[in-house]
Formats: sequence, structure tokens, C-alpha cells
Amino acid sequence: MEMTRRKLLAFGSGTFVLATLSSLPAFATLTDDAIAELTGGADMGEGAITLTAPEIAENGNTVPIAFDAPGAAEVTLFADGNPVPNVATFKFGPLSASRGASTRIRLATTQNVVAIAKMEDGSFQMAKANVKVTIGGCGG
Amino acid sequence: MISRRDFLQVGMAASAVVGASGFGNWARLAAQQALTQDQLLEFDTFGNVSLIHVTDIHAQLKPIYFREPSENIGVGDNRGAVPHVTGAQFRKLYGIADGSPSHYALSSGDFSSLAKGYGRVGGLDRVATVIKAIRADRPDAILLDGGDTWHGSYTCYKTDGQDMVNVMNALSPDAMTFHWEFTLGSDRVTEIVEDLPFAALGQNIFDVEWDEPTELFPPYKMFERGGTRIAVIGQAFPYMPIANPGWMFPEFAFGIRDENMQAMVDEVRAEGAECVVVLSHNGFDVDKKMATVVSGIDVILSGHTHDALPEPVLSGKTIIVPSGSNGKFVSRVDLDIRNGQLMGYRHKLIPVFSDVIEPDAEVAALIDEQRAPYTAELSEVIGKTDSLLYRRGNFNGTWDDLICDALLSERDAEIALSPGVRWGPSLIPGQEITREDIFNVTSMTYGKAYRTEMTGEFLKVVLEDVADNIFNPDPYYQQGGDMVRTGGLGYRIDIAQPQGSRISNMTLLKTGETIDPSRSYVVAGWASVNEGTEGPQIWDVVENHIRKLGTVTTRPSNSVEVIGA
Repeated sequence: MEMTRRKLLAFGSGTFVLATLSSLPAFATLTDDAIAELTGGADMGEGAITLTAPEIAENGNTVPIAFDAPGAAEVTLFADGNPVPNVATFKFGPLSASRGASTRIRLATTQNVVAIAKMEDGSFQMAKANVKVTIGGCGG
Repeated sequence: MISRRDFLQVGMAASAVVGASGFGNWARLAAQQALTQDQLLEFDTFGNVSLIHVTDIHAQLKPIYFREPSENIGVGDNRGAVPHVTGAQFRKLYGIADGSPSHYALSSGDFSSLAKGYGRVGGLDRVATVIKAIRADRPDAILLDGGDTWHGSYTCYKTDGQDMVNVMNALSPDAMTFHWEFTLGSDRVTEIVEDLPFAALGQNIFDVEWDEPTELFPPYKMFERGGTRIAVIGQAFPYMPIANPGWMFPEFAFGIRDENMQAMVDEVRAEGAECVVVLSHNGFDVDKKMATVVSGIDVILSGHTHDALPEPVLSGKTIIVPSGSNGKFVSRVDLDIRNGQLMGYRHKLIPVFSDVIEPDAEVAALIDEQRAPYTAELSEVIGKTDSLLYRRGNFNGTWDDLICDALLSERDAEIALSPGVRWGPSLIPGQEITREDIFNVTSMTYGKAYRTEMTGEFLKVVLEDVADNIFNPDPYYQQGGDMVRTGGLGYRIDIAQPQGSRISNMTLLKTGETIDPSRSYVVAGWASVNEGTEGPQIWDVVENHIRKLGTVTTRPSNSVEVIGA
């Protein structure tokens, strides 16, 4: 059985492992570095790529993420709060009917999911979504 | 000349001197000015379609008292905007006279005194009378239930929601959406929904495995009424597996999914809908934002955050109609739909004054039938209260103070935590406390009272996390509900700060010592979302405590210092 963050915080059990839930992701600079390497520092546009992610994750272990990037040759996903931010790179050939994909990723804590699309003309597009990972437990 | 406002202030000062709460005689006099059923139901039928909205009934079959909040802080763009305006400021904003029926129904202030004058509110037999009166004007009116219906009482708990299903079916709703219903567990929800004689809607209810819409909960239903087509799209509570125990309904995923909402709006428009209504359990501020993100919605019938406003709020081109909670209100919205669009509307938030609106005999008998097997258990008197017991408000209410006291003493803990839910009727001074009353504020399918140890640092993490669910400036990150209630623990909260920086000055009230981040504290609480929680049921803990007290007297709590609001 996998140990989820939720279970680590199990209110009913005896002891607690202290999680630094609220601190800022320490790995954001890793993502910046990786993006700079990917784009060679080129300017990035926004609007041509749509990133769909939940505002608050129902389960940080398996967060559904989807993107749609018409005209993209390659899309790379980053999770800037994970120890290894690089999630996946999707490559699309000229015959690809749709330039989109959906997958599930694991998020260690509240953080940004970033999608960088390299377009067929060599320009870059970016989309970002903040996904919150929370304890929860107090609904109206 | 002495104005009425001056008179009230004089009254307040005089009564404060003799130690009474409020200005009782005046309230009784005001209430006696005849309020009639005809007055409450009066409505100039308008346009060609009528919507009837009830929401967040929380299984309250019988009339109750329900005090509206005196503290409901708005953040970000919603700072100072309705419904984040309370008490005297609320009355000033809407031109509501102090001591009037609207004061009592819609705002806080002098509640105990007005409650004695105006009496109880709600009761589904009275709600039935209101619905039947609207249908007499407009036989094909569309009745929509915003959810949180099959949860919140002794009989609902004992019958796994069947009492509410039976009574609501008698009202013949046209569609419903959901929240607490899922805490009955997915098997039970599926069993009920498969047999429902009306639509169970939720465009944001997905299958968890395939991340696709479910067959059980279609996204919308099209209605042909008044010579036009109206689409009703359901929006269930987006954060169900986070705010409630996801392990009870692991097959389902939720979320706001506004991109799918837009797709559904476009789809129903393409199918010829001339008017698009969203039956929502998002909560008011989330609805307001969604109306600016998704285009083409005419009306959002808003539930979850239990707000009641005397007129709709316009967000973008969408009107938002919140209809309160606990059976206290019925909204009627008449629409004029012509030439493919909404040309105009007329709205009334009808307060259900239980002593003024005649109960519907048929539904009253049906309610009695549901309660009959449990009469003895329901009506057993456990104690009495000298004080007003209420819950609603962003921080501690007196009911929660009492529940936290029960946890501290019955579970021998240093600190108590109680969930910041918004359901739970009020009791006024002098009332007996029955077992039914205790269940009304504690009933749930995961009510076990845990006892555990938490470090000071972890307690801060908990408070910060919950605070951000309420005070995040972006409504899409708000889950509704109020701040977790604390017993034995005081703190300062700066609303305007980001997560991690809001909570300070945490104090163990018993000793006055500052909470030590590295020390472990004995904590008792209830309503854990984790599977396998152990302990006695919270209602038994509270019942034992009240029995020992005999008579409950609460004091104003000042353990939470709020700044930055």
C-alpha cells in the first residue's frame, strides 16, 4: 500500500510526521534552470497552450493534468515544487491530429505545474497552474 | 426628535444596565404587527417561467431557530461585498428596519429577543405550503434542490437519509445537486439516486478512474416550459474528497471544472436552450467568479455557503440567487424568456416563518411518519440552556464552545478542535436541550471523537491550512465553511497574510503559556476525514457533558484575535 500524504497526517493515529506543508517550494529555481536550458533563454508567449489542472488536488499522489497546444512540436511539463521538477516531454510529429495529452502526476506539496510548448516555428509558449495540496476536513 | 435608531440605542444601553440581552419588549411589539401568510407569499407573477430554489436544508424537517452570522469576512475582491456584510451594516445596506421581520430572518443582532417574538423558522411542511402556492400561480414552475439535503439530523442519520428522500419526493423536485449526500457512502448514494424520480445533476461529478463524466449524474437537464427551453446544469460541491472523507466515495472525482461548464453551456445553447440556469453547490464567492469565467449563464441558484440575500447579485451578465439554509427560505425567481434570451426577472426570497405559514397537512403527516419510530429518543431532555447556542460565524460560536468544552473535559485533553461547518440550528435562552438538538449540530457519518497528540508546530500547520481554505483571496481556492473551532487554544489571525503567516500568538489558555512548537499537546477533536479514526461518537461526548452540567451557560469567547480584516 502506498503511504499518502493524507495518511501521514492521519488525525486518528498516535504520532505525526511533521510536514512542511506551508513553506515555499525549494525547487522552483531548479525549474527555472531547466526551462532556461530548454528555451535557451528565448522569450515566451502565452495563450496558445491551455493547461487544465485542479485548483486543489483531491489526492496529491495522482493529480490529473491535461494540455492542449495546437501547433506545438513538443510540450514539456514541470512541477516546480517536486524534488525532480521535470515530469514529462511529449513530442508531436507533423501528422499528429491533436497536439494535446492528459496524464497524472504526483505533487509533493502546493506548487505550480508549468507547461512549455516548443511551437513548430521554433517559438515558445508557456502556461502555468497553481495546484494546492491541503489537509482539508472542514466543509460547509 | 428621537429617531428609531436613537430609540434602539437608548434601549440597548438601558437593558445593558440591568443585564438583560437586547430589548425584548420592543421586539415582541414589532412582531405582533400582523405578519400574514399572504404577505409572505405575495408575488406579481411575471414572464413565462418560474424557478423555485431550496438548498442546504440539512435534514431539518421541523421548524428551528437559526441565527445568521455576525462575522463573515470577505477577502480579495469580495472584501466588504455581500454576503460579507452582517448585522446592522447589512440592514443599513438593504434599508431593513431594526426589529422588523427581515431583520430577524436575514441578519444577526438581538437574536434571542426577536426569536421569542417571531418564533421558529422553516419546517418542510411549511416549505411545502410555499411551493404549492407558487405552483398554484404557475403550475409548471421548476423546483430545484441545491443539495445538503440528506444530512444533518437524528432521523436522517438513523435512516441513512431515507426520511429526507421520502419527504422531498413528496414535494416533487425537478432536479437536485449534491454535497453531504456523498458522506452516506457511494453505495448508498448510488442506491438512492438510481431510484430518484427527478434528475440528479453534476457536470463536475466525474469517474475517478477514467476522469470522465458519470452516467449516474448527468451534467444537465432540458425543460420545456412556458413555450421555451430552459437548461438546468448541476454543479456539485467541488471539494468533496478534500473537505469530507474521500475514502467514503472513492469512485468519484469533483473539482470546479469551469472549462467543462463552458462546454456544457455551449452544448445546451446549441440544443436550443433560451435560458441557462446553474443549480450550484459551489458557494457564493466561487459562483461569482465562475460567472465571470464562464459565459452564457443567465441564473446561478447558489448554495453551500448558507447565505441569504434579499435580492440577487449581478456578476458579469449572470444573476446569482443565494437561498439560505435549514429550510429557512424559499427563493422564487420568475423569468421572462423571449426571442432566444432572458429579457427580465422578478425575485423574492421568501422567509419561512413557521408560526405564520400554515403547514401543509399531507407533508406534515409524512414528516410525523418518518419521526414516529424515534419519538422517545428524539425528545429526551438532556439539559437546559441559559444562553443562546449558535454556530454560524467565521470563528467560535457558542455551540462550538460547548462542544469544545465537552471534548476537553470528557476526553481529558489540553486542546480541542471542532470543524467549522456552517450547519446546525440555534437554541435560545431558556430552551431545553434534547437529544435531537445535539444531533442537529453534530450528526454525521464520520463523527468519532479522536484523542491524539500534536506538536505545537503541527497545530500551527493545521490552523494555517484551514485558514487558507477560507481566506485565500482567490475564491476558487476557498472550500466554504468557517475556521476550525478551538478549545483551550487561543491565537491571533491576520486575514490579509498569505498561508503560513496568518497565525501567531498561539496560547495554551489553561496556563497562559505560549504554545511551544516542539512540545506535544493532547488534542481531542471530531469529524476527521481519515479512515480508521477511533473514539466515541461526538454526540455521546456532548450529551454526557451537558448531562453533567444540567444547565448550560456560555460566556463570550475572546480566544481568537482577528486582524487584517
